[in-house]
Amino acid sequence: MWDNIRRIVSYFSARAVLLLTTVVVAVYLIIIIANMGGYMDKIKESEIMEQVYNTVRGNPALQRLSPSELRAILDKEIEIAKRRAGLDKPFFPWRSLEYLARGITLNFGRAERMISDSGSNQVRLILLERLPHTLLLWGVADLLVFFTSVFLALALSRRYGSLVDRVAVALAPASTPPIWFYGILFILLFASVLRVLPYGGFVDAPPPKTTIGYALSVIKHMVLPVLSVFIAIIFSSLYSWRTFFLIYSSEDYVEMAKAKGLSSRTIERRYILRPTLPPIITSFALMMISLWMGGIVTETVFSWPGLGRMLYEAIQQVDTPVIVGANVIYGYLLAITVLLLDFIYAALDPRVRLGGARRS
Amino acid sequence: MRFWGAFLELRRHPSALVGIVVIGLLLIMSIYAVVRIPYSEAVRLWRAGEVVWLENPRNAAPRWLNWFGAGLPETIKIGLQNAEKAEEILGEDTRRTIYRLAFDFPYTRFPGELALFFQATYKKIPPQLVLTWRTPDGREIPLGTRTVRGNERYVVSGDANLLRRLGRSAEEGLFADLANPKRALPGRYELVMEVYTFESGASLEAKLIVYGRVHGWAGTDHLRRDLSIGLLWGAPVAVAFGFTAAVGIALIQFILSGLGAWFGGVVDVLIDRLTEMRMILPLLPLLILVGMLWSRSIWVILATLIMFGSLGGQKTYRAMFLQAREAPYIEAARAYGAGNFRIVFRYLLPRLIPVLIPGFVLAIPDYVFLEATLAVLGIGDPILPTWGKIISDAYSQGAHFKGLYYWILEPAALLMITGFGFAMIGFTLDRIFNPRLRSL
Repeated sequence: MWDNIRRIVSYFSARAVLLLTTVVVAVYLIIIIANMGGYMDKIKESEIMEQVYNTVRGNPALQRLSPSELRAILDKEIEIAKRRAGLDKPFFPWRSLEYLARGITLNFGRAERMISDSGSNQVRLILLERLPHTLLLWGVADLLVFFTSVFLALALSRRYGSLVDRVAVALAPASTPPIWFYGILFILLFASVLRVLPYGGFVDAPPPKTTIGYALSVIKHMVLPVLSVFIAIIFSSLYSWRTFFLIYSSEDYVEMAKAKGLSSRTIERRYILRPTLPPIITSFALMMISLWMGGIVTETVFSWPGLGRMLYEAIQQVDTPVIVGANVIYGYLLAITVLLLDFIYAALDPRVRLGGARRS
Repeated sequence: MRFWGAFLELRRHPSALVGIVVIGLLLIMSIYAVVRIPYSEAVRLWRAGEVVWLENPRNAAPRWLNWFGAGLPETIKIGLQNAEKAEEILGEDTRRTIYRLAFDFPYTRFPGELALFFQATYKKIPPQLVLTWRTPDGREIPLGTRTVRGNERYVVSGDANLLRRLGRSAEEGLFADLANPKRALPGRYELVMEVYTFESGASLEAKLIVYGRVHGWAGTDHLRRDLSIGLLWGAPVAVAFGFTAAVGIALIQFILSGLGAWFGGVVDVLIDRLTEMRMILPLLPLLILVGMLWSRSIWVILATLIMFGSLGGQKTYRAMFLQAREAPYIEAARAYGAGNFRIVFRYLLPRLIPVLIPGFVLAIPDYVFLEATLAVLGIGDPILPTWGKIISDAYSQGAHFKGLYYWILEPAALLMITGFGFAMIGFTLDRIFNPRLRSL
């Protein structure tokens, strides 16, 4: 018993250390890329120099000084401003590692350019402000797609070879275009031509006063994005779940259950769904964490004020702290999920043995 | 070989046949584009600015819309050589020539724009001219006097003076039917040009262009560019991009997975960590960063994409290689003394190629759309025309709001057809090559 627990603990701590290392390296890569390998410093430096020049030149008290005296003052001011911005240390390795340490410890600090709608430049607040919008849109859309496709696929796998099944298979290529692609087509149809739904945005301007009115307005704005997500994903999702269930329902033990005369409901629940539970949970979990990033392009196309659009804005303005912040959280979420999945697999599937277990 | 047999089996699936026809057409279109309009010419036509396209209408719809009764005006061009001419000598070297530029305008929709192009030759005193507009119902509208110095363009539609006098834009005011001011009056219009020259050798060339609202089979964009060039050239770019990215990434991941599974130990751990790192690194934000900070060239983005894709292998490939590693024929190869690399590249990898193929075909449209995605985000190639870039232009120019639907729908349709073509083949190959599915 104790031996077992010790083995499990040591296995999971080893996994956790490995995953953490992966996250750290990935975040470091992002930091380097977001700083253009240190080139961003030069841009910042020239910005600081220009600022200092302007303030010193515009200071009437310093007008009478000789050029060399002015030069000395300028150099000193630039030196101070650079130190204030932390530019006195080189990017490699010091400042990049400093960024890394702060990012990994979730100490994101202040954004360089972006400001949250409430006026704060704390990265934490900027992220938190956008989070609900993303969770709302992608939560609704993804859950809808997930449950529809799993249950429909189960039904399809039972009617293998029927007309409905063949149509569903033939429609699978409809999932090739990305979400935004369906998005612009739907905007064109429902907003431009039919004029029944808004082009994009989160809520009417000005926002309705009553809570119900506000909710209705948000729902109206959500219809097109959710529809786009649904249409863009449902067919391939349906196809792969159907194939998956088909493979599992052709196993010998399912045939055996059928031969025993068990009801098809019992077979489905105990002989098909039970062994397929781990993969279903995996894909559900991975879908849930993909919520964090939202959809950069979809949110941009629909002007949805979520995390995806924020990330895009941050990249456009090269706001490194925000980019790193968003990615660090994503990395952590992914790592924790992978770890949890290992655990769940072990709990759900008696065949899975944790590392070090002796095979009989 | 089982391999080719599987490809031959494709013929028996109607959806795969459709896919093959679509891809065939796409390849023909690509070859036609590259042969007909060489790369440098395409870039020149697409990026030289309005100068190349001065005589094209702006934001014109494709011509075939008229087959469905849209009744959109075509562009009308008339030079002085087609005009009725009356010459009169007024003084020593002073001459007055009256040109009547007449043309039929059979439409009830207003034209897009109105412009005059002049080219004057003179030594000292530039030619002068008086312009008068005559409508089919006999009204005369003076368009003022001008002095032409060399090469000039007079955009009648942009004349603020005229706008004030007519109370509406020139292309509407000059063509309006007085009985129904919302419609154009069909009939024969005339531009009367009185040209005064003051030197013996002086002359004036002129051309009137009544810009239509349709152009070519694809229409034009806000810079008067003929969209057909962009749409045609989008095909080879999309195919090259999608194919290279898919082949590059699939092959590298395949080989890395194989090497990891074969050698095990440190190599395997390293490759597996790389795979996990790639899963953590978000692809799209990274590509956007690279596009924003380094270069927007489609080839740089392609290289970045392949480099990123080459971080590690695929968990599914790895699992299959681990299984295949134990196969008896590998054992046999080891027994006769084959080296590690020989076993990996001659025996292990080829065995799983059937698994690789469907995924690789299915990945092509993903990368074609990825290029479009980047373009829509504003990180499209700055030089080459691509389908995504056209959608992005249309989007940023508000084609949705202005009713210029063709501008979005044409590249979208091409993207969709391409995507479906590859996907149809891919899904069928998946069914053929995937033995667990075949038995069903």
